[in-house]
Amino acid sequence: MNTLTEAFLQSFQLMITLDETLVEVVLLSLSVTFKAVSLACLIGLPLGTALAVLKFPGQKTLVVLFNSFMGLPPVVVGLVVYLILSANGPLGPLGLLYTPTAMIIAQTILVTPIIVAHSRQIIVLLAEEYDETLRSMQASRMDIMGTLLWDSRFSLFTTVLAGLGRAFSEVGAVMIVGGNINHFTRIMTTAIALQTSRGDLALALGLGIILLVLTISINALAYGLKTTWEKHSYA
Amino acid sequence: MPKAKILNLNDFSEQRKQQASIICSSLFFQRGEKKILSDISITIPKTGISVIMGPNGAGKSVLLRTIIGLLKPDSGHVILNPEFAGKTALVFQRPVLIRRTVYGNLHHALGIAGVPRRQRKSRIEELIAIGGLAGLENHPARSLSGGEQQRLQMVRTLSSNPKLILLDEPSASLDPQSTHAIEEIIKSTSDKNVKLVLVTHDIGQAKRLADDVTFIHKGKILEQNSSPDYFNSPSTPEVKSYLEGDLLV
Repeated sequence: MNTLTEAFLQSFQLMITLDETLVEVVLLSLSVTFKAVSLACLIGLPLGTALAVLKFPGQKTLVVLFNSFMGLPPVVVGLVVYLILSANGPLGPLGLLYTPTAMIIAQTILVTPIIVAHSRQIIVLLAEEYDETLRSMQASRMDIMGTLLWDSRFSLFTTVLAGLGRAFSEVGAVMIVGGNINHFTRIMTTAIALQTSRGDLALALGLGIILLVLTISINALAYGLKTTWEKHSYA
Repeated sequence: MPKAKILNLNDFSEQRKQQASIICSSLFFQRGEKKILSDISITIPKTGISVIMGPNGAGKSVLLRTIIGLLKPDSGHVILNPEFAGKTALVFQRPVLIRRTVYGNLHHALGIAGVPRRQRKSRIEELIAIGGLAGLENHPARSLSGGEQQRLQMVRTLSSNPKLILLDEPSASLDPQSTHAIEEIIKSTSDKNVKLVLVTHDIGQAKRLADDVTFIHKGKILEQNSSPDYFNSPSTPEVKSYLEGDLLV
């Protein structure tokens, strides 16, 4: 109990004094996560919309695959990305292994199926509702996809949040491809794992609290924005 | 009215093709065991307001959807007069407005119709005036009353400047005032040489609007006639019963 109390007190001290190591780790975590989720959205939202709207051979197989990939084991993704980026791998010459870019790649792979599967599910319901109307207006495929994406934007917010949650909490893949290098590829989750194993519970707990606060704040902010935008756009 | 069995599209004379807006030839449409359209062959005139009447479940809405291409018939053909090709629109019984404001719905429709962005504002103002929706521009489309939603759908349809509009019971379940507003839009649109095909089972509305009437029952066309002849001297017992208010089962 004393250890826990002491750890709490130390962690708050680190946070209040804006400890340099702590701030560095938090900023890198935010940077990697937001870049990965942005990339996953750029790939996943159009792909999810296309899977909801277009009919082509193999479409159902793709849907099943993306649904299954939502539960991709991070360590497996980390291992595959490691093999691709390692010196003997196909992308080895790019020298990306143990860099934040490698971590972004791994997280993008983990988050994209979540964005694809969730967005397809949301858009397919709206597509059913709008189908005859848009077809009778002789809307092109691009018009239809654009309309559905725009009109689902508030529901898709939840999808993006699910992706953010996955990326924020991920540790296995980024540990493998990032190497958890101090001042370079160390992020909150990998730092927590390391400090816990070292017995530095104060820093681990401080990072844990910040991770929780950040996750709750981002969700609260997103919920607030979503509600305000919905109200103003009469969706 | 004797119904001609049309076996080959080449059977249509050039003159008939030119005088028609739509020619349906031996249309069949079945879902499960239920025959919804059963050998429908009909020529709809090129001008005026054509009304399709019949009891619920007669196949009227399916016929409209087949004509505009939303449904594919099991067999048979629909020929559109080339003058109308790509210039058709459908008004649904239950309007599906997109999740935007009144202005947003019209802006979206104009975008799909390819109207340049800088011309949209003035066109929206025109459409708002036609639909009697002034003051509602910034209201969420889905929070409008039933009549307002239907008027918005009507003017949204006009945004693409169609030459042929199919209307599927546009005033069903509306109050008399809203029905009157819808009928005024229909009349003013027809006055601009837009061909209208209106599905309704409102006998009074058909009398007020129709130039010609087609009666469908159980997926078959029983009668097609000019409006005065249809109402004054119906040629089939089913139409006679329908117009007298008897139940057709």
